[in-house]
Amino acid sequence: MTTTALDLTADVVIVGGGPAGTWAALTAATAGADVLLLDKGYCGTSGPTASGGTGVWYVQPEPAAREKAMASREALGGYLQDRRWMARVLDQTYENMDRLGAEARYPFPVVDGRAFKGGLQGPEYMRRMRSWIRRAGVRILDHSPVTELLVDAAGTVAGVHGHRRQHHTGYRVRAGAVVLATGGCAFLSKALGCDVATGDGALYAAEAGAAMSGMEFSNAYGIAPTFTSVTKTAYYGFATFFQQDGTPLAGAGSQGGRSVIAAELLRAGTVLCQIDQATPEQQAQMRSGQPNFFLTFDRLGINPFTDKFPVTLLLEGTVRGTGGIQLVDDDCATSVPGLYAAGDAATRELICGGFTGGGSHNSAWAMSSGTWAGGGAARFATALGASALRRRLTGAGGVALRPTGGASYGGDPGAEAKDVLRRQVHPYDKNYLRHGDRLRPALDELDEVWARLRAGATAEPAATPRLRQAAAMVAHARWMYTAALARTESRGMARRQDFPGLDPAQRRRLTVGGLDEIWVRPESAARPELAVAS
Amino acid sequence: MIEVVSASRCVTCDVCIAVCPTDVFDAGTDGIPVIARQGDCQTCFMCEAHCPADALFVAPLTHPAPPGSPFRDEEHVTRTGLLGSYRRELGWGRGRKPGARNAVGPELGRARITPAAAESS
Repeated sequence: MTTTALDLTADVVIVGGGPAGTWAALTAATAGADVLLLDKGYCGTSGPTASGGTGVWYVQPEPAAREKAMASREALGGYLQDRRWMARVLDQTYENMDRLGAEARYPFPVVDGRAFKGGLQGPEYMRRMRSWIRRAGVRILDHSPVTELLVDAAGTVAGVHGHRRQHHTGYRVRAGAVVLATGGCAFLSKALGCDVATGDGALYAAEAGAAMSGMEFSNAYGIAPTFTSVTKTAYYGFATFFQQDGTPLAGAGSQGGRSVIAAELLRAGTVLCQIDQATPEQQAQMRSGQPNFFLTFDRLGINPFTDKFPVTLLLEGTVRGTGGIQLVDDDCATSVPGLYAAGDAATRELICGGFTGGGSHNSAWAMSSGTWAGGGAARFATALGASALRRRLTGAGGVALRPTGGASYGGDPGAEAKDVLRRQVHPYDKNYLRHGDRLRPALDELDEVWARLRAGATAEPAATPRLRQAAAMVAHARWMYTAALARTESRGMARRQDFPGLDPAQRRRLTVGGLDEIWVRPESAARPELAVAS
Repeated sequence: MIEVVSASRCVTCDVCIAVCPTDVFDAGTDGIPVIARQGDCQTCFMCEAHCPADALFVAPLTHPAPPGSPFRDEEHVTRTGLLGSYRRELGWGRGRKPGARNAVGPELGRARITPAAAESS
């Protein structure tokens, strides 16, 4: 970074303006912190929640209901969840959803005389979150991607650098603490609202010294009509799937049968679908429940209930997977002082284990972890006092900012990285139908492109965010595949064709980290909460 | 992807330039926003939802609509009621009731697994 046109200060910087970021901003501002929220896109529309909408893991505070909610997915998640975290997420989500109705006047539907809080319509939710945090005094910079974290001499995170793409200027923020709420990584697959989720926060966290957890659970693919973006898999629970010639595709399903769809897409290139199991009443409920599900169909002239239409699977990576930045405390602190993580940027293993956090769990996690991270960051910043603004800052970013030298880059490094990701991460037979014999060469190629990026890639200031984004995706993929190779069993959604069974000895989380050299190891501290209630 | 910016409906408020999460639009010299980076469009329909004048149409495709496609034809998307249809469903705009008020989907049971041909008949 050469010149810095805009020089700002804040107690707390929030990176990312989706649900986790806005709840973090709200909590920090309410605690009295001066908060600046930076969104790569626009706070209120960017991220999968705004365009997709979401179910919410909202459970009444009755012991039996809570017990059932926690127990229901433990086996699916490979028993890697943490009951204490699940319980506190349920508590916090319940409180936040009630505040959303009371304080942000979210128009919840009324069912049997009661507000129905099992889901949120994306555009309405995120529009209200934006207004709410502005009323709370949060400053927002839209279209302002962060390019790196700033650290002080002790390695404490103390601010960010970034670029305002619609103002063609760089910026620096000096801050007491930073919350990364940048989302997961869907590798520019064009899945609904996911193209802003490129794993940037994970890269920045790793550069400051943080580790990742749950990265092997990164192989989520959503169902969408072919050549479209609307990945709303839940309603395909009412569907029947067919081969190209119209014969039923035995074993295919939206849950528990998606690998059959992937295999058929690899084999024949076509899978047809018809949502023929919904009653007329259910069909009407679908339309009011999720109008965006029908955008594609209405515009293409398809009646999904009576027509057979082709479907595809779009990579949702760690957006619907559960991997992300490892947390070390209840306030969503990372292992790096001054740095907090929330939402999809953080690991969701604590409440999802190894099974998709898609939909309800991720949304509950986003609002809960955002609330905690915002509070934790505000407390950290307050404790620093005035000394926070006197620290000498250094950029923590490496790849695409500070080349290590050796070979200067020929071609277009960003385009090359994206091409490698298209070939080695998107395909079903690499990331989804996993086998060590295919994962290893894929990882080799990702390592190779990383080494080239690290040595020689640089860009003009305006192009830097994109190049950093490409590097973040490559780093993300390398952590995913390294963890996937280390888990020599099939647990949760991390399945290996060469290790189809569950290995009881591997019932532990994996931590992965590093940039030029990647390491992976079982999570060290034994956690009593990991024990499964009978 | 975004295909249509209706010059006749556009009120030059620049909301689409602000809200597009992937920065697809540039300001046009005549005030009408220009689709400057269509390839970055993620087909999230957010610009359409936020446009106060129903001046934008997002085709339901993750690639540009081919020349001659009705998705590029303002007259077609207007006549068929597609222009502004998402905003209508969301219940956004003067005098409308928020669609979120009705947003109760069906109970999601256990997902169906497609049976083999012989068993399905």
